[in-house]
Amino acid sequence: MWRVGVTSLLVMTVWVASTLAQHGYSTAEIVEGGRLFQASCARCHGPDGDGVAGLNFSRGQFRRAAGDDEIARIIMVGIPGTGMPPGNFSEFDAGRIVAYLRSMAAAPAENAGSPGNAARGKALVEGKGQCLTCHRVDGAGSQLGPDLNSVGPLRRTVDLRRSLLDPDAEIFDDNRFARVVTRDGEAITGRLLNQDSFSIQLFDMKERLLSFTKSDLRDWAMLKSPMPSYRDKLSSEELADVVSYLRSLKGRP
Amino acid sequence: MNEPRRFEPQRPQRTQRKQLGSFVIFVTFVVFVVHPFVTLTAQVSFDRLLRAAQEPQNWLTYSGTVMSQRYSLLTQVTPANVKNLEQQWVFQAQSLEKFEATPLVVDGVIYTVQAPNDVVALDALTGRAFWIYSHVPSPQARPCCGRVNRGLAILGNTLFMATLDDHLIALDAKSGRPVWNTVIEGARPEAGYAFTVAPLVVKDKVIVGVAGAEFGVRGFLAAFDTTTGKEVWRFNTVPGPGEAGNGTWSGDSWKRGGASVWVTGSYDADLNLTYWGLGNPGPDWNGDSREGDNLYSDAVVALDADTGTLKWHFQFTPHDEMDYDSTQVPVLADLEWQGRMRKVMLWANRNGFLYVLDRTNGQFLLGKPFVKVTWAKELDEKGRPIRAQSPTEDGVVIFPHAVGATNWMSPSFSPRTGLFYIPSLMDSYATFPKRAVDFVEGRVFVGAFPVGPIQTLRGGPINRRIPEQGYGAIQAFDPKTGTQKWIFKLADLTDSGVLSTASDLVFAGSREGYFFALDARDGSLLWKANLGGNIASGPITYAVNGRQYVMVAAGNSLVAFSLR
Repeated sequence: MWRVGVTSLLVMTVWVASTLAQHGYSTAEIVEGGRLFQASCARCHGPDGDGVAGLNFSRGQFRRAAGDDEIARIIMVGIPGTGMPPGNFSEFDAGRIVAYLRSMAAAPAENAGSPGNAARGKALVEGKGQCLTCHRVDGAGSQLGPDLNSVGPLRRTVDLRRSLLDPDAEIFDDNRFARVVTRDGEAITGRLLNQDSFSIQLFDMKERLLSFTKSDLRDWAMLKSPMPSYRDKLSSEELADVVSYLRSLKGRP
Repeated sequence: MNEPRRFEPQRPQRTQRKQLGSFVIFVTFVVFVVHPFVTLTAQVSFDRLLRAAQEPQNWLTYSGTVMSQRYSLLTQVTPANVKNLEQQWVFQAQSLEKFEATPLVVDGVIYTVQAPNDVVALDALTGRAFWIYSHVPSPQARPCCGRVNRGLAILGNTLFMATLDDHLIALDAKSGRPVWNTVIEGARPEAGYAFTVAPLVVKDKVIVGVAGAEFGVRGFLAAFDTTTGKEVWRFNTVPGPGEAGNGTWSGDSWKRGGASVWVTGSYDADLNLTYWGLGNPGPDWNGDSREGDNLYSDAVVALDADTGTLKWHFQFTPHDEMDYDSTQVPVLADLEWQGRMRKVMLWANRNGFLYVLDRTNGQFLLGKPFVKVTWAKELDEKGRPIRAQSPTEDGVVIFPHAVGATNWMSPSFSPRTGLFYIPSLMDSYATFPKRAVDFVEGRVFVGAFPVGPIQTLRGGPINRRIPEQGYGAIQAFDPKTGTQKWIFKLADLTDSGVLSTASDLVFAGSREGYFFALDARDGSLLWKANLGGNIASGPITYAVNGRQYVMVAAGNSLVAFSLR
């Protein structure tokens, strides 16, 4: 029978890169693990994984579990006699949550800098930053890029900061862009919705659903993120304000 | 007799022809002028929904138009060239459930539902997915007859889906992102309340009704504001104390009265009435606990579309003990009736009778059996059945089977031929025993299942049935006389809807997996394709870039055909 003494405190630092490589989780799976974590675990553990005393997932601090399999097992069966309930997860989903927890430790939250002012951040997002040209918050803005309405609990401070400074660093499959040039020479850029060997589907700046036969195109190519880096556009205080505002967005996804 | 009967089709009148000509020009203009690639060009206003017949390149509502005729003005595919139909693409759903949804087609984009509650946007040219929105219904949801959904409604750029676990969800049609998500009040999944119906948009409201009559729910129709998702009106399909009709239920049986809604209604803009067919009373096969007519079970109700107020009703099967849901699509037509034009409603009912009603007031105009019927001797002059049979303790053989003479599958009416095309189950029967039944919330509340050689679902690819056990057919009836014009017989049963076109084609399918085209005038077989899976929804047609497509769901796949 699996049992760990209540008093035994096991603090582990994990060498994240190798662990993730072993399991081979894709970015999309880690993100999905993050969604599951934020939906089911963050209420107690907090979005940064430090909500329960003695635990800090962002620092790789776990109390009982030694390895990925053990963490996954705790996620599935819970810890009897404690506040940790069994989760209704498949082994696969539990594995993805573990992958997310490891990824948190790979980019610790304390590097995120000082907290900003969310109200000022809102003004920057809607004004100077021109974020709503591509993004949407609470029904306002464009649907071209990711909807930010519930980004708060989904992305950590450090993730948001990195995306603002270096948009190409991590692009989810959902947010890939492509550019096509038709035979007439018309160039169209849009979010990649789908593609197969013969066709490609985009959602463009005019919010149109477009489908092209590849053989009818003069050219087509995948793009890096169309989002500009805000490294030179916002001061570090402004950046912190924007991040604080984004972390405060907890609306309906 | 397997030989289809012949008749001389009516020639279209001159005005009709002229209209047809201008429509063809219109369609040609629309489909050729669009960009060489697919675009979602314009918002779908309610005006477009009302005039959906005039843009036949699209399929904008569950039944094609608010008149629900499933009749298209597209004429590129004809009786002469239909043999050249060729498969263009297949979309395979990630679901093993029955594919009951009728897709919408909006300016080159197809919107449909992959069971149970995934909304899918597809490119109408290639069948490739633009986006998928997944709603995972609560495991508490307990639909009687499969975790199915029949489709969507659209208004503006917003799609609407009602879910198995009693949500009504609005999605942005371009991005697939949710706009609002309303939990429908008083409908608890664990008590058997489930939504499988494709919603109907009327003006600024989206109307849905609840299923669950096999669980003793109390049915209702409700309208929601399309912008906010707030409920605007509700019509209880089983009247409560103080409401007219409550006296047709003995004791407190109305509380579990059923009268569910699971097939989309219709709308008449001149009358501002919306029509909905209602399901069986509960419990299905033992009426002893609910003496009376049990309004508005097995009835059609005509409601004021703005307020939900009942204007008239017509009950097809008072005090039903056979499970003859009147959940058929109300098919609206304007017919010359005994010398004057009348607004009528055509209704081939699960109880085996074909009805013609005046849809302004519910007046009964005609009613005749379209299959073998023994439960009623005939209809009286007001359309009320003269009852001949009820379930007994020992069991009694009754025609038709509880599955019905037809069921929820959509018929079609062609204004050109003047014929009403009915997906039918011929010569079906069952032994109906009567058993005591207790109500336990969330458990089936039906009585004893009738026993007969009709399977509710397709059993598999092997069929050894003989016609005496009942068989499927597509029948054409002249609604003015209630007489059969032709019948196309199938070896197995059918769950397929019917589509008719202005080029005098009728498309339908079968449990065998055949998708076929018949001559609308005489029922002769013109073309068939074996799609392998059960066809359990209605075929549609649309056009993109000047090319007409015919589409049907079979098994777990949506298949599109066009001419070679």
